[in-house]
Amino acid sequence: MNIHEYQAKALFADFGIPVTKGQPARGPDEFKAALSELPDGPVVVKAQIHAGGRGKGTFKDGYKGGVKICKDHAEALEAAKRMLRNVLVTHQTGEAGRKVKTVYFNEPCDIAKEYYLAILLDRATSRPIIIASTEGGVEIEKVAEETPEKITRVTIDPAAGLQPYHKRKIAYGLGFSEKEDLKQLDTLLTGLYRLYWEKDASLAEINPLVKTTDGRIIALDAKVGFDENALFRHADIRALRDLDEEDPKEVEASKHGLSYIALDGNIACLVNGAGLAMATMDIIKHFGGNPANFLDVGGGASEEAVTEAFRIILSDKQVEGILVNIFGGIMSCQRIAKGIIAAAKTVSIDVPLVVRLEGNEVEEGKKLLSESGLAITPADSLKDAAEKVVKRVEEARKS
Amino acid sequence: MAVLVGKDTRVVGQGITGTFGSLHANRNIEYGTNYVAAVTPGKGGQRFEDKVPIFNTVREAVEKEGANTSVIFVPPPFAADSILEAIDAGIELIICITEGIPVRDMALVKDALIKSNTRLIGPNCPGIMTPGECNIGIMPGYIAKPGKVGVVSRSGTLTYEAMFQLTQLGHGQSTCIGIGGDPINGTSHTDAIRLFNEDPATEAIIMIGEIGGTAEEEAAAYIKEHVKKPVAAFIAGTTAPPGRRMGHAGAIVSGGSGGADAKIKALKDAGIAVAPTPSDIAETLLSVYKG
Repeated sequence: MNIHEYQAKALFADFGIPVTKGQPARGPDEFKAALSELPDGPVVVKAQIHAGGRGKGTFKDGYKGGVKICKDHAEALEAAKRMLRNVLVTHQTGEAGRKVKTVYFNEPCDIAKEYYLAILLDRATSRPIIIASTEGGVEIEKVAEETPEKITRVTIDPAAGLQPYHKRKIAYGLGFSEKEDLKQLDTLLTGLYRLYWEKDASLAEINPLVKTTDGRIIALDAKVGFDENALFRHADIRALRDLDEEDPKEVEASKHGLSYIALDGNIACLVNGAGLAMATMDIIKHFGGNPANFLDVGGGASEEAVTEAFRIILSDKQVEGILVNIFGGIMSCQRIAKGIIAAAKTVSIDVPLVVRLEGNEVEEGKKLLSESGLAITPADSLKDAAEKVVKRVEEARKS
Repeated sequence: MAVLVGKDTRVVGQGITGTFGSLHANRNIEYGTNYVAAVTPGKGGQRFEDKVPIFNTVREAVEKEGANTSVIFVPPPFAADSILEAIDAGIELIICITEGIPVRDMALVKDALIKSNTRLIGPNCPGIMTPGECNIGIMPGYIAKPGKVGVVSRSGTLTYEAMFQLTQLGHGQSTCIGIGGDPINGTSHTDAIRLFNEDPATEAIIMIGEIGGTAEEEAAAYIKEHVKKPVAAFIAGTTAPPGRRMGHAGAIVSGGSGGADAKIKALKDAGIAVAPTPSDIAETLLSVYKG
């Protein structure tokens, strides 16, 4: 789960990580009050969406830049008016862009140097890792590829936790040696690690971390993501969720225990198991089709969940065919068949439907489907199913 | 015995008195798996299905019934605690079926595992089966048959797909291991392949991976250096877009790493036969292994 920059900055402040003074505003009526919290003079105005590349982004009405440095409050007010409720398109949002519902006013600072700092899970060691770089404000992947010597990495023993020598290693890696700098970085790293650990973050990233001309070390940006599996123990973090930043179909699916991700193809799939669901997308592509979604109904899906899955799939207007692929290990094929029949009664399935059932109670399931009178193309294997659905969609297009 | 589990395995079921756990424990018992104890705190002294003694702690199950393997069906908020308790009780092999354990909890579990002699399979996995001898977890028994092919996979239903294809083509399995789809797991592809490589009952290996992390690349490097037995592989997620978690918490292409293409290339470079589609997994193995 991701949160907005202004929410992440507030969390940073709670954990003693220095940030610039800032104030969010959710409506035009809040602009003046928010600005009045900041000192007179220049203001940075930042559009709040869950996507990177905001500064270089363009709004749907042609207005350029989701991050603006304004010379005074009047100019900041104008920029905020142009951004709010406008749709920002960046290299991470796709063409549809994201609607800006909050703007964030920030006090600017004079930057002497920019750095990069992040804590995340190192999958190779199953431990938290701190990654720091002397190249701030650019993508860390690019630095890792082109100038890996500029990156310092420290893995942390999760049982022992963050130690002073870890912090010194990061500080020296970033080129700090002054006592005052080491002290500031010590406080900042302590706070960032505590935030990462105590709040079950999956990522806590500061890009850029800056040293100002007056010697302060500050988080200029803040990006924090959380482990969805740990949200049950963090009511405060759950409250930060912004459902408008998520695909409504994915949100609806998760309510029914379904794992759904919209893609841009035309052949929908409904599968049990995440690995098999991915593999089903792959085989559709292999035979010349284009998957419209990832959908894992899980091992214990009810008839109702299957019906809901069809409803969600069919609400995507690009869908021209459906492939159901079930390997009933524990899941009963009979239950899936009943779900399909029930779905056909409440949702009109007006595109070719290919069903491959295998495993537990497969004969009963196949019998139910063939006796249902529904226009279903049965398939014998996953390969057969993928070939058939691609072919049926092509035929339907021609006719 | 093939690898890890067989006729001598003495299972203690943690959390098998719940609906999901009891369903699968009963199926495992029907298959012939030897459940010697159950652990549900507060139910000590009772019996599971009127037969298997229930204890309050794993240590009692070890001391009184000689349990050496644990299967965990405990809900996610409490699962890490159950794993740590089993490690502390000296259980040799833990199979954790539970899906949705927080990464932070698993980081601490992994640390405890490294400092112990216990092996963990999972979490978020279908379990482990040595066909004809022992089935622990949620794998359907009827799709397997005893044989000589070792199967290791991150995905449950793709494991079934591979097992079923093998069985239909007349080839059985030595042991099938579902290592789970989480970013932190107890047993890696490489660990499982090392076990299969050293097992005289295993003649060939199928490895099923998916996007995310670099475990498949590490296994490929190990196979290239150490494994003479024929190996076939399949990687799921060629069409998965970067930055999106595909169901499994571990299945995500991020920061340019974890993509399917790099994994497939590493496997092919190691001389492993890679199945072009999930329908060809067994056939791909049989193109390099005559049985």
